[in-house]
Amino acid sequence: MSDTIMEHLDAAPPPHPLKEFWVYFSENKGAVIGLYFIVFAILLAVFADVIAPHNPFDQYRDAILQPPVWMDGGSSKFFLGTDDVGRDIVSRLIHGARLSLLVGVIVVTLSLAAGIILGITSGYLGGFYEILVMRLMDIILALPSLLLALAIVAILGPSLQNAILAIAIVVLPHYVRLTRASVMAEKNKDYVTASRVCGSGPFRMMFVVLLPNCMAPLIVQATLGFSTAILDAAALGFLGMGAQPPTPEWGAMLANALQFIQRAWWVVTFPGLAILLTVLAFNLAGDGLRDALDPKMKR
Amino acid sequence: MIQFFFRRLLDIFPAFIGVTLLTFSLIHLIPGDAVELRAGERGIDPARHAAMKVEMGLDKPLYVQYFKYIGGVFKGDLGRSFVTKKPILEEFLTLFPATLELSTCAMIFAILVGLPAGIIAGVKRGTVFDHTVMGASLTGYSMPIFWWGLLMILFFSVHLGWTPVSGRLSALFWIDVDTGFMLIDTLRSDEPGAFKSALSHLILPSIVLGTIPLAVIARMTRSSMLEVLKEDYVRTAKAKGLTPNRVILVHALRNAMIPVITVIGLQTGVLLAGAILTETIFAWPGVGKWILESINRRDYPAIQGGILIIATLIIFVNLGVDILYGIINPRIRYTR
Repeated sequence: MSDTIMEHLDAAPPPHPLKEFWVYFSENKGAVIGLYFIVFAILLAVFADVIAPHNPFDQYRDAILQPPVWMDGGSSKFFLGTDDVGRDIVSRLIHGARLSLLVGVIVVTLSLAAGIILGITSGYLGGFYEILVMRLMDIILALPSLLLALAIVAILGPSLQNAILAIAIVVLPHYVRLTRASVMAEKNKDYVTASRVCGSGPFRMMFVVLLPNCMAPLIVQATLGFSTAILDAAALGFLGMGAQPPTPEWGAMLANALQFIQRAWWVVTFPGLAILLTVLAFNLAGDGLRDALDPKMKR
Repeated sequence: MIQFFFRRLLDIFPAFIGVTLLTFSLIHLIPGDAVELRAGERGIDPARHAAMKVEMGLDKPLYVQYFKYIGGVFKGDLGRSFVTKKPILEEFLTLFPATLELSTCAMIFAILVGLPAGIIAGVKRGTVFDHTVMGASLTGYSMPIFWWGLLMILFFSVHLGWTPVSGRLSALFWIDVDTGFMLIDTLRSDEPGAFKSALSHLILPSIVLGTIPLAVIARMTRSSMLEVLKEDYVRTAKAKGLTPNRVILVHALRNAMIPVITVIGLQTGVLLAGAILTETIFAWPGVGKWILESINRRDYPAIQGGILIIATLIIFVNLGVDILYGIINPRIRYTR
């Protein structure tokens, strides 16, 4: 009898969690495309120095506002043309990928770390501390994110670092609320009680027992957080409150594009397309991740 | 219901106080004090500096300054602009109709397109139409709207020449500003063609500003529709032999609207933030552009006042949405 049970188990070993995840994730075609694009962008960012045909700061004074290669007057030296001071747009876009992804990584890391700490402590400890933290988050949420980010940059002064800090503060409430909500849902479950009975201290309870079980929604939010961070950083760059020229940041590249709109559409089009595609890729992947990680969606 | 109303009204107090604390600390967090800021790059001699500090009440303890500030806020005194020397509230109110007009048109556009698109996508789940709407709305949601505005100008204004590039009204017209709403003012004026000009100036900015709310509304309507269509009462309605249109538009839609209304309310904040970008691109003389210019000019009272008014507006809109929600769905009145 026991042999047959063993045989049965051998016949169908449970799939590795990662493999199971991939099965659900890859059902969503859009999510897979998004993921491939993200990998592509990461590769571009990492190997920007090797891949980019020119230095993003080099000004080719004899090739100002040159159109892309497929248009009259374009040359294969500058595939997507050049901007108003003769810098190669392709190279600037590739180096821009580096900046945008870096902004995403730093913003998500900062806000995720702070959000987890504030959320888990307020959910676990409760009391006046919880009210204080949650009210503070409500205030941040009461302001439109871009307006608050602008206000913070107005205090700190416009630069890419300050823009990153401002965006991290602005998106913080989402992580805090999400973590707190998960902690509230988990904290009365049996395994948590068991661990408390075993004598776990508050630190262990929060970060070793509870946190791993609250991670799924946070992973989804972090992925979607990349798109928000990239979009907001680009918006601040566009308004002149983020990365400063001549930094090849996608938003900053569009900052004075309005004046070339009549004669050089490529200066306007490509940086925005890069922002759109990257943000879209993260949103697609985030949606797929949510479906794959949410047990309710699994059939 | 009245009790619910007052309870919600009390809830907004901490948020409002928090926002005033934030705007109050804004001016104190900036390196240098308000006197130096006002003096600008010219600098100021120490004796005059000290005198001005006393004059402006900056020598008092912080909490006294805060209460003075709050007292002013409740009387509508938000200080004066460093640059124009005019009261902030007055400046804001002259510019606000432009933003309100633009935001309203953007929201109307978003609802008119987003709601039907979401309903049809939900009803015809899995069809090409559904996939197109969902793809388009995810793209719209991911759109950097400042670039979207540039693209629209590039295509419709520069390439096709259909719409003007910027501003609210063609320079050919001279209109008496009564209400501040260009559509109303031009209708009331005798200038032929002025209304058409005002309308044509509104189209592109409204589309650009409405894009993200449109995407959010379409997605929300679709998922809410899908949820509701599974309900028993929808099956009952179908079983009674009602026409599909009646089932969808009367029985399903009314219930599906509850989350959609919340989302529409929450988009107010998105609209006001989007207005900063949209107004900058289209040179629209509204509040968003004014705040950005104030930041560039380091006109701190204006930044402070502008943020305070906008945050207060959003808090009140959220309150309105909550109350509306309570009216539509009686269960909410009692559970909170």
